[in-house]
Amino acid sequence: MNAAKCVVALVTYLLTCVPAFAADAIKIGAILSVTGPASFLGEPEKNTLIMLQDQLNAAGGVGGQQVEVIVYDDESDVNKCVMAAKKLLDQDQVAVVIGPSISGNTLAISKFFSSAEVPLVSCAAAEKIVRPVDPWVFNTPQLDRHAVTKILLDAKAKGYSRLAILTVSDGYGQAGRGVLKELIPAQGFELAADEVYGPKDTDMTAQLTKIKGAGADAIICWGTNPGPAVVARNRVQLGLTTPLYMSHGVASNKFIELAGDAAEGLVLPAGRLVAVDQVPADHPQKAVLEAYVAGYTKTYGTQISSFGGYAHDAFALVMEAIRKGGSAKSADIRDNLEKISGFAGTSGVYTYSPENHNGLDESAFIMVTIENGGWKVAN
Amino acid sequence: MIWLAFFFGLLMLAPMLLPNNYYLTILILGCLHAMNAVGLCLLVGHAGQISLGHAGFYGLGAYTSSYLSTTVGLSVGLSMLSGVALTVVVSILVGLPSLKLKGHYLAMATLGFGIILSILFTETVDITGGPSGFVGIPRLSLFGWELRKDVTLYRAVAVTLCLIVWLAFNLLHSRVGRALRALHTSERAAEAMGVDIARYKLLVFVLSAAFSGIAGVLYAHYLTFIAPSSFGFMFSVELIVMVVLGGMTSVPGAIVGAFFITVLPEFLRAFENIEVLLFGAILVLCMMFLPDGMAGGWNRLWGWGKARFSGAVHG
Amino acid sequence: MDPSSLLQYLITGLTLGSTYGLTALGFTIIFNTTGVINFAQGEFVMLGGMMSVYFMHSLGFGEPAAVVLAVLGATLAGALVERLAIRPVRDCPAINLIIITIGVSILIRGLAMLLWGKDTHVLEPFSGNQPIMFLGAAIMPQAIWVLVISLFLLGALKLFFSGTIHGKAMLACSYDSKAASLVGIGVQRMVLLSFMISALVGAVGGVILAPITMTSYDVGIMLGLKGFAACILGGLGNPFGAAAGGVILGVLESLGAGFVSSAYKDALAFVILLILLFVKPSGLFGLKDSKRV
Repeated sequence: MNAAKCVVALVTYLLTCVPAFAADAIKIGAILSVTGPASFLGEPEKNTLIMLQDQLNAAGGVGGQQVEVIVYDDESDVNKCVMAAKKLLDQDQVAVVIGPSISGNTLAISKFFSSAEVPLVSCAAAEKIVRPVDPWVFNTPQLDRHAVTKILLDAKAKGYSRLAILTVSDGYGQAGRGVLKELIPAQGFELAADEVYGPKDTDMTAQLTKIKGAGADAIICWGTNPGPAVVARNRVQLGLTTPLYMSHGVASNKFIELAGDAAEGLVLPAGRLVAVDQVPADHPQKAVLEAYVAGYTKTYGTQISSFGGYAHDAFALVMEAIRKGGSAKSADIRDNLEKISGFAGTSGVYTYSPENHNGLDESAFIMVTIENGGWKVAN
Repeated sequence: MIWLAFFFGLLMLAPMLLPNNYYLTILILGCLHAMNAVGLCLLVGHAGQISLGHAGFYGLGAYTSSYLSTTVGLSVGLSMLSGVALTVVVSILVGLPSLKLKGHYLAMATLGFGIILSILFTETVDITGGPSGFVGIPRLSLFGWELRKDVTLYRAVAVTLCLIVWLAFNLLHSRVGRALRALHTSERAAEAMGVDIARYKLLVFVLSAAFSGIAGVLYAHYLTFIAPSSFGFMFSVELIVMVVLGGMTSVPGAIVGAFFITVLPEFLRAFENIEVLLFGAILVLCMMFLPDGMAGGWNRLWGWGKARFSGAVHG
Repeated sequence: MDPSSLLQYLITGLTLGSTYGLTALGFTIIFNTTGVINFAQGEFVMLGGMMSVYFMHSLGFGEPAAVVLAVLGATLAGALVERLAIRPVRDCPAINLIIITIGVSILIRGLAMLLWGKDTHVLEPFSGNQPIMFLGAAIMPQAIWVLVISLFLLGALKLFFSGTIHGKAMLACSYDSKAASLVGIGVQRMVLLSFMISALVGAVGGVILAPITMTSYDVGIMLGLKGFAACILGGLGNPFGAAAGGVILGVLESLGAGFVSSAYKDALAFVILLILLFVKPSGLFGLKDSKRV
């Protein structure tokens, strides 16, 4: 009775005590999965944004204005992501939003941005985000399609014809599975087996045993840590020698740590961040990559994660759009993003257009093999 | 009933007190959670049965209505009604065998049911869109009039909540309510007195599922996007927490509990890293020191205050 | 369907099932002594694995020492949980106690997340990684450890409950705590003991499984749920039933993943459980429930 009134009133009052920020800074919102199952994406992304914000402000900001990045953690949960989006749009009234870290969350909020006419630069890789193109939604990671194309090119070169896929039953794995099932027959391969595992599963021997029985030339595993590490270990435990491809979702040292010796010889597509020293000096991305690695390791004292690069590129692209157009208004940022061409980021070289809001192609990836616990660029 | 009128008035006025639209989202979600909590309160507190899978009914209503209104192309109103209807039917099918079970066995049955539904939502990608969620659900519309503005939708949700509360209240003060109290005190005694406990247990179970189903359809057409992660085991736990925190036998308590739990993450946002820890600690401490929940605590405070002041008058 | 695949599934199922069984055993012990379902049981399993990783990788102990310390640590955690969260509210209605244990499980998980981060960690297998080939199926040495240690624990517990005075006292508490205290059994002490033993058993399960499945701060949830299901499958209150239920659940899951669908394997386990509950609610080995009116 009265308790309800008191609580709601109290709550309303307390919620109005929102701290105020500097009035004339350009406000950039960010929704990232800093905690939760996708924290391996969100945490380095958040660190990257804060680092870039500080670096930029120390150098005088952009167009004379300081930049303020407001980061909300959606805890890898779609509800919280929606709340964060509404908060950024209604309460903080930001000019542009970077994130979310995962595809499901991005798709949940993209409509809000078209109706609010604020650009969203997502750090998630699902096709659905940019195909069909929503005028207000962009993304920075390489698309699953590019990764799969790269893998299939490698498979064709090695003469494989029967491929088995093992994907995780979450948004990332499901998106990958869709692309795999489309491109494998399209490229002339035969799909020998189509197995699925759960994100929390700790044993994939059943699925691998089935794949063994199906007689595949190679297995493509699509997931993010720790699943693929379990798959790698199970494969060794079962004595399977079938070649195993991984997705770019495990292009991290964490994967090598988790899979241990079982990671040897595995092949996967990865962004160039994973092996910066092996990138030729004349490559357009070399300078950006080195600067990012140096800055991150100096600021945080830990190794970089290739996923943090998605946020780096999003921030850099937004700043480029503001610089080019001389305006930090949402509509102008959107227009100028679409005009960016040949921009070197950490994930690749971006060329946006009104029809292409991803900006990358397969050349953003390199094929790497895991050798001696490190990444070796394949030629 | 006066408090219900007050509550309704407060809900209607609330948007004007709020600085911006963002808080509306919290209010809407709070109302939806409250609908779930009220139903569960009847089931747990009054009928004395436990359900650890109520998130399943929430999701079932949401997905059914979403599927019918997009893939099948029915009107929003018809889809919502069908969503609730399907939830009711499923709850009857689940409830009939389950409610014969007692205590922990019942907990396990409802838990299993909730998890099965959760897995179904995730795996039947062609129907539900899978883990990436169901996109493109039409916005809530009443008799052809689309509730585009959040404020209007909020008012519709608030009205529904009040109707549900009114229904619950009436139920408790009716014959059914008395039967439930008898059932809760002692099933054997009630049976001996001629109370058809199986029928009443099922009635309350189905009713609480219906409330969750209603909340589910409203949720789907408000957010226009749903994902399986919202309807998993953790949400069922959250619902139980709302009910227990509010005071298991108190319907107003369940509402307060629901709003409290919905709003809590807003306060804890500042403490990102210890949010999980704090949530658990709050649960344990509340349960230890306020076993009747907030309603019990409030009643005690009220009684203490009354005693003090009437003492002053008489003394 | 070739026999070596079937054998492989069985081996995987047995290994996994042993951990479910140990977790279920923990549930059963506490339930028997207190009538409470301790939802935090899964977290004790997690603590076993995570603490081992901590002691070994961060503090530099050798694996045997780290493992022993981890189990002791988890046992201590069990005692703390009983003392701080359960004892003060002994006479609460059952559902309050369930909520408290759920809160405790969230608390422990939050602490683990704070202390050790959200990453997944690897624990080295006790005796190496080389699989042993047996009739076309591969057996990991760690799997053999799991089976052996589980059986040993089961035997030890059986001996404890039927042979020692403390064990018999705990059983007495489960039959009727008033009568037990009348004959001089310190019921509160028995409750404490039951929590400690459950935590120990759970932690051992976590430690022996961690090298196979890796560990992180949130493995406790699903393990706890499945352990609970195994408990019910075997009949709540029956330790032998709990262990058997765990193994059966593990094998069912593995066979389901292998022959039916890997996507729905969790659902399969619960569907079978539900059917069993509707047909024989007291579980496979539970006694028919009779209560005084």
